[in-house]
Amino acid sequence: MAKGRVSIVVERCKACGFCVEFCPTHVLALSSAFNSKGYHPPHVVHPEKCSGCDLCGMYCPDFAIYGTKVAEPKLVKAAGGEK
Amino acid sequence: MLNIDDTVNPVEPFLRSDRMPHIWCPGCGIGTTVNSFARALIDSKIDLESLALVSGIGCTGRVAGYVKLDSFHTTHGRAIPFATGLKLANPKLNVVVYSGDGDLSAIGGNHLIHAARRNIDLKVICVNNLIYAMTGGQTAPTTPGHATTSTNPYGTFEPAFNLPHLVEAAGAVYVARWTTFHVRQLARSISEAFQKKGFSFIEVISPCPTLYQRRNKMGDGLDTMKYYKEKSKVKHGTPTSEVGLTLNGEIAVGKFVDRDRPDYQSMMRAQYVESLGERYIEEPEVECVCG
Repeated sequence: MAKGRVSIVVERCKACGFCVEFCPTHVLALSSAFNSKGYHPPHVVHPEKCSGCDLCGMYCPDFAIYGTKVAEPKLVKAAGGEK
Repeated sequence: MLNIDDTVNPVEPFLRSDRMPHIWCPGCGIGTTVNSFARALIDSKIDLESLALVSGIGCTGRVAGYVKLDSFHTTHGRAIPFATGLKLANPKLNVVVYSGDGDLSAIGGNHLIHAARRNIDLKVICVNNLIYAMTGGQTAPTTPGHATTSTNPYGTFEPAFNLPHLVEAAGAVYVARWTTFHVRQLARSISEAFQKKGFSFIEVISPCPTLYQRRNKMGDGLDTMKYYKEKSKVKHGTPTSEVGLTLNGEIAVGKFVDRDRPDYQSMMRAQYVESLGERYIEEPEVECVCG
Protein backbone atom coordinates (compact mmCIF):
# COMPACT_ATOMS: atom_id res chain seq x y z
CA MET A 1 0.00 0.00 0.00
CA ALA A 2 1.46 3.31 -1.07
CA LYS A 3 1.91 5.92 1.65
CA GLY A 4 1.38 8.77 -0.75
CA ARG A 5 -0.16 9.87 -3.97
CA VAL A 6 1.06 12.18 -6.73
CA SER A 7 -1.30 14.54 -8.52
CA ILE A 8 -0.24 16.08 -11.82
CA VAL A 9 -1.75 19.10 -13.55
CA VAL A 10 -0.72 18.07 -17.05
CA GLU A 11 -1.50 21.34 -18.81
CA ARG A 12 0.83 23.41 -16.61
CA CYS A 13 3.84 21.16 -17.12
CA LYS A 14 6.85 22.37 -19.13
CA ALA A 15 8.74 19.07 -18.91
CA CYS A 16 11.81 20.37 -17.08
CA GLY A 17 12.20 16.93 -15.51
CA PHE A 18 13.02 18.16 -11.98
CA CYS A 19 10.35 15.94 -10.40
CA VAL A 20 11.49 12.85 -12.30
CA GLU A 21 15.14 13.41 -11.38
CA PHE A 22 14.74 14.31 -7.73
CA CYS A 23 11.93 12.00 -6.62
CA PRO A 24 13.63 10.08 -3.79
CA THR A 25 11.78 6.86 -4.58
CA HIS A 26 11.76 7.17 -8.41
CA VAL A 27 8.01 7.14 -8.81
CA LEU A 28 7.88 9.26 -11.98
CA ALA A 29 9.00 9.20 -15.60
CA LEU A 30 8.40 11.61 -18.46
CA SER A 31 5.66 10.19 -20.63
CA SER A 32 5.62 10.05 -24.41
CA ALA A 33 2.27 11.84 -24.51
CA PHE A 34 2.04 15.57 -25.23
CA ASN A 35 0.09 18.26 -23.46
CA SER A 36 -1.53 21.04 -25.46
CA LYS A 37 1.69 23.12 -25.42
CA GLY A 38 3.69 20.22 -26.80
CA TYR A 39 5.58 19.22 -23.66
CA HIS A 40 5.89 15.69 -22.31
CA PRO A 41 4.43 15.76 -18.80
CA PRO A 42 5.53 13.19 -16.22
CA HIS A 43 3.45 10.17 -15.39
CA VAL A 44 3.48 7.80 -12.45
CA VAL A 45 5.29 4.55 -13.16
CA HIS A 46 5.65 3.18 -9.62
CA PRO A 47 2.62 4.39 -7.66
CA GLU A 48 3.30 1.90 -4.89
CA LYS A 49 6.65 3.52 -4.08
CA CYS A 50 5.27 7.03 -3.42
CA SER A 51 5.87 8.21 0.14
CA GLY A 52 3.86 11.42 -0.24
CA CYS A 53 6.87 13.57 0.70
CA ASP A 54 5.84 16.33 -1.76
CA LEU A 55 9.44 16.93 -2.84
CA CYS A 56 8.20 16.87 -6.45
CA GLY A 57 5.80 19.67 -5.50
CA MET A 58 8.60 21.70 -3.93
CA TYR A 59 10.81 21.34 -7.00
CA CYS A 60 8.17 21.91 -9.68
CA PRO A 61 8.73 25.44 -11.06
CA ASP A 62 5.34 25.33 -12.79
CA PHE A 63 3.21 24.32 -9.77
CA ALA A 64 2.05 21.35 -11.85
CA ILE A 65 2.66 18.44 -9.48
CA TYR A 66 2.27 17.73 -5.79
CA GLY A 67 2.37 14.78 -3.47
CA THR A 68 0.02 14.08 -0.61
CA LYS A 69 0.17 11.58 2.22
CA VAL A 70 -2.52 8.93 2.09
CA ALA A 71 -4.10 8.27 5.47
CA GLU A 72 -3.38 4.83 6.87
CA PRO A 73 -6.34 2.51 6.39
CA LYS A 74 -7.90 2.80 9.82
CA LEU A 75 -10.61 0.16 9.37
CA VAL A 76 -8.04 -2.65 9.40
CA LYS A 77 -6.54 -1.35 12.62
CA ALA A 78 -9.91 -1.03 14.28
CA ALA A 79 -10.77 -4.57 13.29
CA GLY A 80 -7.44 -5.76 14.72
CA GLY A 81 -8.15 -3.98 17.99
CA GLU A 82 -11.48 -5.69 18.51
CA LYS A 83 -10.04 -9.18 18.48
CA MET B 1 -6.77 31.99 7.35
CA LEU B 2 -5.95 29.42 4.73
CA ASN B 3 -7.49 26.03 4.67
CA ILE B 4 -4.86 23.53 3.63
CA ASP B 5 -6.72 21.07 1.50
CA ASP B 6 -4.93 17.98 0.24
CA THR B 7 -6.92 17.89 -2.98
CA VAL B 8 -5.13 20.97 -4.26
CA ASN B 9 -1.47 21.84 -4.53
CA PRO B 10 -0.35 23.35 -1.18
CA VAL B 11 1.08 26.33 -3.07
CA GLU B 12 -2.22 26.96 -4.92
CA PRO B 13 -3.79 29.23 -2.25
CA PHE B 14 -0.81 31.57 -2.70
CA LEU B 15 -1.11 31.82 -6.48
CA ARG B 16 -3.26 33.80 -8.85
CA SER B 17 -4.26 30.65 -10.71
CA ASP B 18 -5.95 32.56 -13.51
CA ARG B 19 -2.51 33.86 -14.56
CA MET B 20 -1.02 30.38 -14.87
CA PRO B 21 0.88 29.03 -16.75
CA HIS B 22 3.50 31.63 -16.02
CA ILE B 23 6.02 33.14 -18.45
CA TRP B 24 9.12 31.55 -16.90
CA CYS B 25 11.03 29.26 -19.24
CA PRO B 26 11.10 25.48 -18.85
CA GLY B 27 13.84 24.68 -16.36
CA CYS B 28 13.90 28.15 -14.80
CA GLY B 29 14.23 28.01 -11.04
CA ILE B 30 12.11 31.01 -10.05
CA GLY B 31 8.94 28.93 -9.68
CA THR B 32 10.84 26.58 -7.38
CA THR B 33 11.76 29.48 -5.12
CA VAL B 34 8.09 30.50 -5.00
CA ASN B 35 7.29 26.97 -3.78
CA SER B 36 9.80 27.34 -0.96
CA PHE B 37 8.45 30.78 -0.12
CA ALA B 38 4.89 29.44 0.05
CA ARG B 39 6.00 26.56 2.29
CA ALA B 40 7.79 29.07 4.53
CA LEU B 41 4.59 31.12 4.81
CA ILE B 42 2.65 27.98 5.78
CA ASP B 43 5.30 26.87 8.29
CA SER B 44 5.83 30.23 9.94
CA LYS B 45 2.04 30.82 10.23
CA ILE B 46 2.40 34.42 9.09
CA ASP B 47 -0.84 36.35 8.97
CA LEU B 48 -1.26 36.97 5.26
CA GLU B 49 -3.24 40.12 5.99
CA SER B 50 -0.10 41.67 7.45
CA LEU B 51 2.22 40.59 4.66
CA ALA B 52 3.25 42.66 1.67
CA LEU B 53 5.43 41.49 -1.18
CA VAL B 54 7.31 44.00 -3.31
CA SER B 55 9.27 43.16 -6.42
CA GLY B 56 11.14 45.08 -9.04
CA ILE B 57 11.58 44.49 -12.74
CA GLY B 58 12.92 41.36 -14.34
CA CYS B 59 12.01 37.71 -14.54
CA THR B 60 11.87 37.45 -10.74
CA GLY B 61 9.92 40.69 -10.59
CA ARG B 62 7.03 38.78 -12.09
CA VAL B 63 6.56 37.00 -8.76
CA ALA B 64 4.54 39.97 -7.50
CA GLY B 65 2.01 39.37 -10.25
CA TYR B 66 1.68 35.66 -9.65
CA VAL B 67 1.24 35.51 -5.89
CA LYS B 68 -2.15 36.07 -4.30
CA LEU B 69 -0.82 38.36 -1.59
CA ASP B 70 -0.76 42.11 -1.23
CA SER B 71 1.95 42.64 -3.79
CA PHE B 72 3.43 45.51 -5.70
CA HIS B 73 5.43 45.38 -8.92
CA THR B 74 7.57 48.49 -8.75
CA THR B 75 9.83 50.37 -11.12
CA HIS B 76 13.25 49.02 -11.98
CA GLY B 77 15.59 48.75 -9.02
CA ARG B 78 13.21 50.52 -6.67
CA ALA B 79 11.69 47.56 -4.87
CA ILE B 80 13.62 48.34 -1.68
CA PRO B 81 12.66 52.06 -1.56
CA PHE B 82 8.99 51.12 -2.02
CA ALA B 83 9.29 48.47 0.65
CA THR B 84 11.05 50.92 2.98
CA GLY B 85 8.18 53.35 2.59
CA LEU B 86 5.64 50.63 3.28
CA LYS B 87 7.47 49.53 6.39
CA LEU B 88 7.88 53.06 7.75
CA ALA B 89 4.25 53.96 7.14
CA ASN B 90 2.91 50.76 8.63
CA PRO B 91 5.51 49.17 10.93
CA LYS B 92 3.26 46.19 11.65
CA LEU B 93 3.58 44.91 8.09
CA ASN B 94 5.93 42.07 7.25
CA VAL B 95 7.49 43.38 4.08
CA VAL B 96 9.17 40.96 1.69
CA VAL B 97 11.24 42.14 -1.25
CA TYR B 98 11.34 39.45 -3.90
CA SER B 99 13.52 40.37 -6.83
CA GLY B 100 16.38 39.39 -9.05
CA ASP B 101 20.09 40.07 -8.90
CA GLY B 102 20.02 42.68 -11.66
CA ASP B 103 17.21 44.62 -10.07
CA LEU B 104 18.58 44.46 -6.52
CA SER B 105 22.33 44.67 -6.98
CA ALA B 106 22.76 46.66 -10.20
CA ILE B 107 19.97 49.11 -10.87
CA GLY B 108 18.95 49.11 -7.22
CA GLY B 109 22.41 48.41 -5.78
CA ASN B 110 22.50 51.75 -4.07
CA HIS B 111 19.21 51.05 -2.28
CA LEU B 112 20.36 47.57 -1.28
CA ILE B 113 23.43 48.76 0.58
CA HIS B 114 21.64 51.65 2.25
CA ALA B 115 18.70 49.54 3.40
CA ALA B 116 21.25 47.12 4.89
CA ARG B 117 23.18 49.99 6.48
CA ARG B 118 20.03 51.41 8.06
CA ASN B 119 18.94 47.90 9.01
CA ILE B 120 15.39 48.41 7.83
CA ASP B 121 13.20 45.46 8.78
CA LEU B 122 12.84 43.91 5.31
CA LYS B 123 13.12 40.31 4.17
CA VAL B 124 14.96 40.39 0.86
CA ILE B 125 14.86 37.30 -1.33
CA CYS B 126 17.26 37.73 -4.20
CA VAL B 127 16.94 35.17 -6.97
CA ASN B 128 20.37 35.23 -8.57
CA ASN B 129 20.53 33.77 -12.07
CA LEU B 130 23.90 35.45 -12.70
CA ILE B 131 22.69 37.43 -15.71
CA TYR B 132 20.15 39.99 -16.96
CA ALA B 133 17.73 37.38 -18.18
CA MET B 134 14.64 39.25 -19.31
CA THR B 135 16.51 41.68 -21.54
CA GLY B 136 18.53 39.09 -23.42
CA GLY B 137 21.41 37.85 -21.31
CA GLN B 138 23.66 40.85 -20.80
CA THR B 139 26.51 40.82 -18.27
CA ALA B 140 25.22 41.62 -14.79
CA PRO B 141 27.28 42.67 -11.76
CA THR B 142 26.90 39.10 -10.51
CA THR B 143 28.11 37.34 -13.69
CA PRO B 144 31.20 35.33 -12.73
CA GLY B 145 34.45 35.79 -14.65
CA HIS B 146 34.97 34.08 -18.02
CA ALA B 147 31.24 33.49 -18.56
CA THR B 148 29.99 34.21 -22.06
CA THR B 149 27.09 36.65 -22.27
CA SER B 150 25.46 38.61 -25.07
CA THR B 151 27.47 41.73 -24.21
CA ASN B 152 30.70 39.81 -23.54
CA PRO B 153 30.79 37.21 -26.31
CA TYR B 154 34.49 36.56 -25.64
CA GLY B 155 33.96 36.14 -21.91
CA THR B 156 33.39 38.52 -19.03
CA PHE B 157 36.45 39.98 -17.38
CA GLU B 158 34.87 42.22 -14.76
CA PRO B 159 35.07 41.09 -11.15
CA ALA B 160 31.62 40.06 -9.93
CA PHE B 161 29.75 41.10 -6.82
CA ASN B 162 29.79 38.68 -3.94
CA LEU B 163 26.32 39.58 -2.66
CA PRO B 164 26.47 37.97 0.81
CA HIS B 165 29.76 39.77 1.44
CA LEU B 166 28.34 43.07 0.19
CA VAL B 167 25.24 43.02 2.39
CA GLU B 168 27.10 41.74 5.43
CA ALA B 169 29.61 44.57 5.12
CA ALA B 170 26.74 47.02 4.73
CA GLY B 171 25.10 45.73 7.91
CA ALA B 172 22.52 43.00 7.24
CA VAL B 173 21.55 40.92 10.28
CA TYR B 174 20.71 37.70 8.46
CA VAL B 175 22.51 36.51 5.34
CA ALA B 176 22.02 33.11 3.75
CA ARG B 177 22.52 31.58 0.37
CA TRP B 178 20.89 28.51 -1.14
CA THR B 179 20.38 27.17 -4.62
CA THR B 180 17.11 26.08 -6.18
CA PHE B 181 18.21 22.52 -5.44
CA HIS B 182 17.98 23.21 -1.66
CA VAL B 183 14.22 23.67 -1.51
CA ARG B 184 13.61 22.60 2.07
CA GLN B 185 16.63 24.46 3.44
CA LEU B 186 15.50 27.56 1.59
CA ALA B 187 12.01 27.30 3.06
CA ARG B 188 13.52 26.97 6.54
CA SER B 189 15.79 29.92 5.92
CA ILE B 190 12.87 32.13 4.85
CA SER B 191 10.96 31.08 7.99
CA GLU B 192 14.00 32.03 10.08
CA ALA B 193 14.25 35.40 8.37
CA PHE B 194 10.62 36.08 9.33
CA GLN B 195 11.66 35.67 12.98
CA LYS B 196 14.47 38.22 12.65
CA LYS B 197 14.07 41.92 13.19
CA GLY B 198 16.16 43.79 10.70
CA PHE B 199 17.52 43.50 7.19
CA SER B 200 17.53 39.84 6.15
CA PHE B 201 19.03 38.81 2.83
CA ILE B 202 18.60 35.40 1.25
CA GLU B 203 20.33 34.79 -2.05
CA VAL B 204 18.99 31.93 -4.16
CA ILE B 205 21.17 30.74 -7.04
CA SER B 206 18.85 29.80 -9.87
CA PRO B 207 19.36 28.43 -13.36
CA CYS B 208 18.68 30.52 -16.45
CA PRO B 209 18.71 27.75 -19.06
CA THR B 210 17.70 30.01 -21.92
CA LEU B 211 20.47 32.58 -21.68
CA TYR B 212 23.16 31.81 -19.14
CA GLN B 213 23.38 28.03 -19.28
CA ARG B 214 22.86 27.81 -23.04
CA ARG B 215 25.53 30.39 -23.91
CA ASN B 216 27.98 28.80 -21.50
CA LYS B 217 27.24 25.28 -22.73
CA MET B 218 26.13 24.14 -19.30
CA GLY B 219 23.13 22.16 -20.49
CA ASP B 220 19.54 22.77 -19.50
CA GLY B 221 17.82 23.49 -16.21
CA LEU B 222 18.00 19.90 -15.06
CA ASP B 223 21.74 19.68 -15.76
CA THR B 224 22.21 22.84 -13.71
CA MET B 225 20.23 21.38 -10.83
CA LYS B 226 22.50 18.31 -10.94
CA TYR B 227 25.51 20.65 -10.93
CA TYR B 228 24.11 22.43 -7.87
CA LYS B 229 23.60 19.09 -6.18
CA GLU B 230 27.16 18.02 -6.94
CA LYS B 231 29.09 21.26 -6.44
CA SER B 232 27.34 23.00 -3.57
CA LYS B 233 28.75 22.66 -0.08
CA VAL B 234 26.83 23.60 3.03
CA LYS B 235 29.12 25.88 5.01
CA HIS B 236 27.17 27.57 7.77
CA GLY B 237 28.97 30.51 9.30
CA THR B 238 31.71 30.74 6.66
CA PRO B 239 33.17 34.25 6.38
CA THR B 240 31.27 35.80 3.50
CA SER B 241 34.51 37.02 1.92
CA GLU B 242 35.15 33.39 0.96
CA VAL B 243 31.83 32.62 -0.71
CA GLY B 244 32.31 34.33 -4.08
CA LEU B 245 30.95 32.47 -7.10
CA THR B 246 33.03 31.21 -9.99
CA LEU B 247 32.06 29.73 -13.33
CA ASN B 248 31.64 25.97 -12.81
CA GLY B 249 33.18 26.21 -9.36
CA GLU B 250 31.99 25.21 -5.94
CA ILE B 251 28.97 27.03 -4.51
CA ALA B 252 29.13 27.70 -0.79
CA VAL B 253 25.62 27.62 0.63
CA GLY B 254 24.23 27.98 4.12
CA LYS B 255 23.52 30.60 6.70
CA PHE B 256 26.50 32.92 6.82
CA VAL B 257 25.39 35.68 9.15
CA ASP B 258 22.86 35.69 11.98
CA ARG B 259 23.40 38.56 14.37
CA ASP B 260 21.40 41.23 16.13
CA ARG B 261 21.56 44.97 15.60
CA PRO B 262 18.95 47.59 16.45
CA ASP B 263 16.74 48.16 13.43
CA TYR B 264 15.97 51.52 11.82
CA GLN B 265 12.78 52.24 13.70
CA SER B 266 14.11 51.37 17.14
CA MET B 267 17.21 53.50 16.47
CA MET B 268 15.02 56.37 15.34
CA ARG B 269 12.83 56.11 18.42
CA ALA B 270 15.83 55.88 20.74
CA GLN B 271 17.44 58.95 19.16
CA TYR B 272 14.28 61.06 19.40
CA VAL B 273 13.57 60.02 22.97
CA GLU B 274 17.16 60.89 23.87
CA SER B 275 17.18 64.32 22.27
CA LEU B 276 13.55 65.38 22.68
CA GLY B 277 12.59 63.57 25.85
CA GLU B 278 9.01 64.31 26.84
CA ARG B 279 8.39 66.34 23.73
CA TYR B 280 8.65 63.27 21.50
CA ILE B 281 5.18 61.95 20.75
CA GLU B 282 4.90 58.91 18.55
CA GLU B 283 2.57 59.12 15.64
CA PRO B 284 -0.54 57.03 16.13
CA GLU B 285 -0.50 53.84 14.13
CA VAL B 286 -1.84 53.88 10.63
CA GLU B 287 -5.13 52.12 10.34
CA CYS B 288 -6.27 50.99 6.94
CA VAL B 289 -10.00 50.87 6.57
CA CYS B 290 -10.98 48.52 3.80
CA GLY B 291 -14.30 48.15 2.12
